[in-house]
Amino acid sequence: MPQILVQDLAKTYRVAERAPGMLGAVRGLVRRRWRTVEALKNVSFSLERGELLGFIGPNGAGKSTTIKILSGILRPDSGRVEIEGLVPYADRIKHVARIGVVFGQRTQLWWDLPVIDGFDLLRDIYRVDPQRYKATRDELVAMLRLEKLLDQPVRQLSLGQRMRAEIGAALLHEPSILFLDEPTIGLDAPSKLAVREFVKKLNQEHGVTVLLTTHDMHDIEALAQRVIVIGHGRVLADSPFEALRADVLAERRLFVDFAQDAPALDLPGVEVRNRDGRSLELAFDPRITSAPALIAAITARHAVEDIHVEQPAIEEVIARFYDLHGANEA
Amino acid sequence: MDALRPYAAAFSSRFLLMMQYRAAALAGFFTQCWFGAVHVMVLAAFYLGAPEAAAASPISLSQAVTYTWLAQGLLAVMPWVGDPEIADGVRTGAISYDRLRPVDPYALWYVRAAGWMTARLAPRVALMILAAGIVLPLIGQGQWAWRPPASLSAALLFALSEALAIALACAIIMLINIVVVATLNARGVNILMQPLVIVFTGNLLPLALYPDNLRTFLFVQPFAGTLDIPNRIYFGALAGQMAWVGIGLQLFWITTLVTLGRWWLGRVMARLEVQGG
Repeated sequence: MPQILVQDLAKTYRVAERAPGMLGAVRGLVRRRWRTVEALKNVSFSLERGELLGFIGPNGAGKSTTIKILSGILRPDSGRVEIEGLVPYADRIKHVARIGVVFGQRTQLWWDLPVIDGFDLLRDIYRVDPQRYKATRDELVAMLRLEKLLDQPVRQLSLGQRMRAEIGAALLHEPSILFLDEPTIGLDAPSKLAVREFVKKLNQEHGVTVLLTTHDMHDIEALAQRVIVIGHGRVLADSPFEALRADVLAERRLFVDFAQDAPALDLPGVEVRNRDGRSLELAFDPRITSAPALIAAITARHAVEDIHVEQPAIEEVIARFYDLHGANEA
Repeated sequence: MDALRPYAAAFSSRFLLMMQYRAAALAGFFTQCWFGAVHVMVLAAFYLGAPEAAAASPISLSQAVTYTWLAQGLLAVMPWVGDPEIADGVRTGAISYDRLRPVDPYALWYVRAAGWMTARLAPRVALMILAAGIVLPLIGQGQWAWRPPASLSAALLFALSEALAIALACAIIMLINIVVVATLNARGVNILMQPLVIVFTGNLLPLALYPDNLRTFLFVQPFAGTLDIPNRIYFGALAGQMAWVGIGLQLFWITTLVTLGRWWLGRVMARLEVQGG
């Protein structure tokens, strides 16, 4: 039995619409028009204990809606969710005691309270045993390097500091599952690294199941063993990231600096992408020509000063994938 | 004991946080002194200008003056706006976090409203007792002062009735909160509530001074229990059995409005939508 089971999830919102301008506003007072937005059409997946799953997709694809249903905030129109044997929105109180949630764009700490007071309040709200709380808190404080922040009111923290405190706050009751909705949004590079490192450690050393949504593909590359791509309310792909890359954009790039001006090359399955003086950028499909064979073929005929192979940037892979599936936001 | 821990913590953290706002308490106090003085002068003009009508009035001038100071001192109990923290949470989406807490959502918001209210109440009522109850008689203006309760039993019944007034006002604030969550906007309902509350609690004019044929209605409607009933118990206009009738009415409205609020919040939360991202 998987820890998280999601079957045929669907959810629609009704959005009030009005024509632009004064006239539209007046008309809206009399007769309101509603538009139905299908946030989720059909989402199914399952997750085993201890997995770390990345959830990606363009804006408006349904990632956050899925997280909100899994965490018990929203109720789906149809479909089934079972998490550790509980239905989140039906057994909400029992369910939420076992999960931790961080929404990167909202705060759960109290703006005017020092971090430590917010933590203490959460201890009481989750009815955590005081001894146990002390141990957990001290460990989280050390892992997230919160020592110097504890006495500061939340409003004085930088975004990166606040996010670390938010993640700590979500874990004080030792949940077995952690939902992270865009935890690295707006963070600078060191803060992103700190968050990634912590999440990885939490997953590997404490066995906490993590489900994370993000637009930062480096989060995915650094963390997720498995990726679900969601678009238009459906699961478009569910596979390890490397498999996704191989399917979508197997192409590699070869950068060659020649000793003289770059020669004309005519090799099967190889395309010249860019030519600049002595340099060439070549695109090739490793399933047709392997990188060593291609390099050997070039160096056999030409004097080469430098050569290196690159994979397409992860953003490029994902953008291509969204394009292939027409998943981009309208 | 452990079952109540979340609620006790939510109440006390809100209470302590609100107690930090000393400048707001002081400003509120001065405003209330001003309004209190105006009310007292208007009441004095009515009572002294028409002695026969004043003699027939169900409450005397000194009782009406005490009523005014009570109304000003207890102003924080008036349920005329929803909890600003809830309104804020609706706007920022932070109320989704409230859905993630393993607690009863109605009780959590109710105790938070109670903490918010009592923290504003405590400093204001203390300052008002000092000003209208102690300073005014000391400077020879005793006839315009806040008088002590009619008797010891009136004082004890008042303490009970005032506690119920706070509980009732929180139940009304919860209904406002629910409208805020359902409509995603606090302005509309807050603007609607203000005139209702000012008139029907007795804040504008003691309810006993309205025309006879309105009095029964004014006595049994829910807002009376937040101000008028405890006030009348305080100076003995509601005594003995009538005091208990008043307290019974407060209990009735608390039960009714809490039940209504719990049912309604459940419905609103079931079709909650979290917009954008």
